[in-house]
Amino acid sequence: MKYFRLIWKNAWRKKIRTSLTILSVFVAFLLFALLSAIGYAFRGGVDVADAQRLIVIHKVSLINPLPMSYLNRIASVEGVQSVTYASWFGGFYQEPRNQFGQFPVDPQAYVDMYPEFNIPDEQLEAFKRNRTGAIVGQELATTYGWQVGDRIPIQATIWTKADGGRTWEFDLEGIFSSDDPRGSTALLLFQHDYFEETRAFAKGTVGWYILRVASGADPIQVANAIDLQFANSPNETKTSTEAAFAQSFMKQYGNIALIVTMILGAVFFTLLLVSGNTMSQSVRERISELAVLKTLGFSDLSVLGIVLSESILIMLMGGLLGLGLGWVLIQGIAQQMAAFLPGVFLSTTAIAGAVAMMLAAGVLAGIFPALKAMRLSIIDALARA
Amino acid sequence: MSEILARLDGVSRVYQKGKERVEVLHELNVEIPKGDFIAIMGPSGSGKTTLLNLLGGLDKPTAGTVTVGGAELSSMSNSQLSAWRSTHVGFIFQFYNLLPVLTAHRNVELPLLLTSFSAKERARRAAIALDIVGLADRAKHYPRELSGGQEQRVAIARAIVSDPSLLLCDEPTGDLDRVTADEILRLLQVLNREHGKTIVMVTHDAVAAEFANRTLHCDKGTLEAKEAA
Repeated sequence: MKYFRLIWKNAWRKKIRTSLTILSVFVAFLLFALLSAIGYAFRGGVDVADAQRLIVIHKVSLINPLPMSYLNRIASVEGVQSVTYASWFGGFYQEPRNQFGQFPVDPQAYVDMYPEFNIPDEQLEAFKRNRTGAIVGQELATTYGWQVGDRIPIQATIWTKADGGRTWEFDLEGIFSSDDPRGSTALLLFQHDYFEETRAFAKGTVGWYILRVASGADPIQVANAIDLQFANSPNETKTSTEAAFAQSFMKQYGNIALIVTMILGAVFFTLLLVSGNTMSQSVRERISELAVLKTLGFSDLSVLGIVLSESILIMLMGGLLGLGLGWVLIQGIAQQMAAFLPGVFLSTTAIAGAVAMMLAAGVLAGIFPALKAMRLSIIDALARA
Repeated sequence: MSEILARLDGVSRVYQKGKERVEVLHELNVEIPKGDFIAIMGPSGSGKTTLLNLLGGLDKPTAGTVTVGGAELSSMSNSQLSAWRSTHVGFIFQFYNLLPVLTAHRNVELPLLLTSFSAKERARRAAIALDIVGLADRAKHYPRELSGGQEQRVAIARAIVSDPSLLLCDEPTGDLDRVTADEILRLLQVLNREHGKTIVMVTHDAVAAEFANRTLHCDKGTLEAKEAA
């Protein structure tokens, strides 16, 4: 710490140059924060997946429905503790851009399957009693300002009604939250029975089944047993863990992780060139000063440490500012995007990773100038001065 | 007989410049008594600065031994020499070599960063050193805000702040006008006479050499004693 003033003063030797370098670091880490948070949203379903929950879909694709008759057959497979179902409704609220998950479900069974969802008992009971009732997650309620008692019209893009209409109206009976802050609550759940009797086609089917594996049972064996049961039938199944299901769902949007990694890789490579150049120039300009420090008794390692610390300090100043602004912006973005991209969140893992990257980038950018300073010959440097 | 602070025994220093072998010092034997003030004069390239570098542990002899305050410098590693320099020797350069980003006070404090003194103790000692050189009122000034003479006084304060027994001055007045140079030389005399510092000063200036107790002439790698006028 006693060298801090020296390091600080040297870092600000050329104010404009240092400011510009810090600005480039700032932009890089701002971008890192934003992309990490968005990337997190894309893989959010994977991270919060419950290892004991399995998803059963049609072997061909998620779009193909499965017969309702599979419910009892899946329930009878050894190792299955409970099973329920859901379907993709795919409507929007008021405008096409207001899209979010809407699932027709069995209210009690679905809530039991997802114990992380919290809903007051009286609201759940009201939902169960009202065939046109619905419950929404807190994120959606906040985004659209919905309150219990509101009537919510949803425009169907797939499911026309038997009467030809496309507007499905629901009575909001409850608002649920999630125990897991990373889990999305941008969902609207409504009664499957209402969906079944009102839709124009595909009656007697559901989109997918969700089951909980009994304690002690092997999820992989259970999944294989289910798929085996429906093998060679017109509707073969593909059973996977919730995490694998979420991953395959996200792949519809492309390999987000790879895209984010490539963008950040390019940004950080440029950042290393910029900050490495700054440190090289800075050391070149004060060769004689470094020689004086060594003359006064500063060891080779002390000089190495001083130059490296300067590089790390510049990275930390820009990086923490970028991360800080990123965090503030993400709060706003998460609110704005809650409906169609829920779970935008800057995780502590991402923050820790960013700080580690700042330290690593500081070392990488400063190591060669620092080694040059360390190996400096006092006599040669003073003679040149 | 006075106590010997520094001794060079059969010291030679040879540099290799390309294919050419240049012997700057040749089997030099010198004894520097404690409390002495020696001026070293001689033409350029005669080995004056090399001698100073050897005494300060900045360079090692090709042959022979350099002993200062009982420590044999020629056998020390680089890190040992760094630690030794921080407490045993103070350097004063022709162009002051202050760090422009630090105030006078912080420049003087620099050698104390290598000690275990508290920040308060470092500040106290730096203030005393600045007071000795008569610049207590310039403590918060940056080098660019000081005259050449004042900068050299700050450099002297930096050299004495860790209370070394030996001060090595390389052309300390070479960049100053006569009046200012004489002030600096009188300050060095005070440090020698009143504070007991042993001073070895390289100079081209015969007037400057007169401030020393004795003058040695360096030529072709050898030293020749000559009493100060």
